Amino acid sequence: MMISRLTGNELADRLEEALPNVVEGCDTSAIWVKPNHMVQVAHFLFSDPTLDFNYLNSITAVDFIEFFEVVYHLTSLNKQHSAVVKTKLYGREEVNLPSVYNIWKGADFQEREIWDLMGVKFDGHPNMKRIMLWEGFEGHPLRKDFL
Amino acid sequence: MTIRTEPMTVNVGPQHPSTHGVFRLRITFDGEDIVEVEPVLGYLHRGSEKLAEERNYVQVITLTDRLDYTSSMINNQAYCLAVEKLVGIEPPPRAKYLRTLAAELQRIASHLIAVGFFIQEMGAFGTPLMYTFRSRERILDLFEMLCGARVTVSYMRPGGVFSDTPEDFWPALDRFMTDFRDEFADLEALLMENEILLARTKGVSPLEPDVAINCSVSGPVLRASGIDWDWRKKEPYDAYDLVDFDIPTGSNWDNYDRFWVRMQEIRQSMRIIEQCVDQIEPGLVRIPELPLVLRAEPGAEAYGRVEASKGELGFYLVSDGGISPYRCKIRSPSLINLTITEHLLVGWKLADMIVSLGSIDINMGEVDR
Repeated sequence: MMISRLTGNELADRLEEALPNVVEGCDTSAIWVKPNHMVQVAHFLFSDPTLDFNYLNSITAVDFIEFFEVVYHLTSLNKQHSAVVKTKLYGREEVNLPSVYNIWKGADFQEREIWDLMGVKFDGHPNMKRIMLWEGFEGHPLRKDFL
Repeated sequence: MTIRTEPMTVNVGPQHPSTHGVFRLRITFDGEDIVEVEPVLGYLHRGSEKLAEERNYVQVITLTDRLDYTSSMINNQAYCLAVEKLVGIEPPPRAKYLRTLAAELQRIASHLIAVGFFIQEMGAFGTPLMYTFRSRERILDLFEMLCGARVTVSYMRPGGVFSDTPEDFWPALDRFMTDFRDEFADLEALLMENEILLARTKGVSPLEPDVAINCSVSGPVLRASGIDWDWRKKEPYDAYDLVDFDIPTGSNWDNYDRFWVRMQEIRQSMRIIEQCVDQIEPGLVRIPELPLVLRAEPGAEAYGRVEASKGELGFYLVSDGGISPYRCKIRSPSLINLTITEHLLVGWKLADMIVSLGSIDINMGEVDR
């Protein structure tokens, strides 16, 4: 059986019902949520019986210079559907986002990698330190201003 | 009289023959029991994602070869699928079959390495590994016929494959398949019911399905935990919706099941290859008149994934309209499968440590990227 793909619009409707004022925008491919509500959104996506996103495929961050975009790819192994959730983080210094480690443990290494290479710090992660590079390395290489 | 004991911390690696590359585990032992595990990564970090931002879409293929260097074909495939999604092109049917064929040959080669080293780490020094490498060598010879390279193949391209097969490829493939059926039967007879292997792996380090899902584990490790999940079925790409195959799943979730699933997958890969050989028809192998330097719409993004030999391999590409990816994230199965090391090792003995680690089948080129 093949899996289906939930559009951002469908997901936004579901989220608006349960958690008002967390959705920033949506289109056919993805949904944007407010960064400070990330854990609530993640918890809802994980625990809602009709959404049931129990599998976190990947987390990544993209540096768009004026903001960072953190992208979550999610799948439900039971309901056989997938979705993309994004959040925008403004600023270049002290970029923080709540960690989803306590919901999906698969976020462990990926959040550490994003901190290491992109400089987005995840609050609430139990072991938030560099993973690929060594402690004391200056800067975050995947940022566009790293030369 | 009581003997005073204290925990001892040992570094396994980064230069250790059993860690599959430069991987370090900091393990705290209480006698023979493992009480704490911390994986230390990054010794092979080459910055592939950053390098990809400096190359055009076709040049990045050579970087993907060097991720999991035991399954370069599948890395090529994942990347090419992502680029095709991004640019909006689809390869011709013959190219799809050739890719499926090459990917399945590569899966066999990769699983043979995984199985061979898994047995070697249990102490069966040399013999089973030589059996598996004998067959793998033949697969690399076939790759050499396809593209001139054995390991870093760079065979696939967005929109197809690099070139059509030489005439003598098909008879050679046929000879290999005939021989491999016997060779693999030998290997199964040697290993599947082997008493020492069963004693060392049955019931050791089980991975519960809910833990596996929560830790985002994928590939044979996830299926060994009893979860029927394979991206070749769930999100068919290339020719996988046109061929018939089964998904083996484990029932005891232990080290033996992880080994068993790989052995069964080799059988399924052989089935897929046979069907590809039957179904493939002459035709184009690459979209004609495709520009040498590809460009995507500004702001376009794509996530292309395949079921690689180690699990879900995904490429997340973002375009700014230029000739190279603005961002190229590699979702590597080996890195994320390592999340379970602590769960697998803590509470077990020193002697099981290497075997359990081998059962995850990691490749450092892919973990560190």
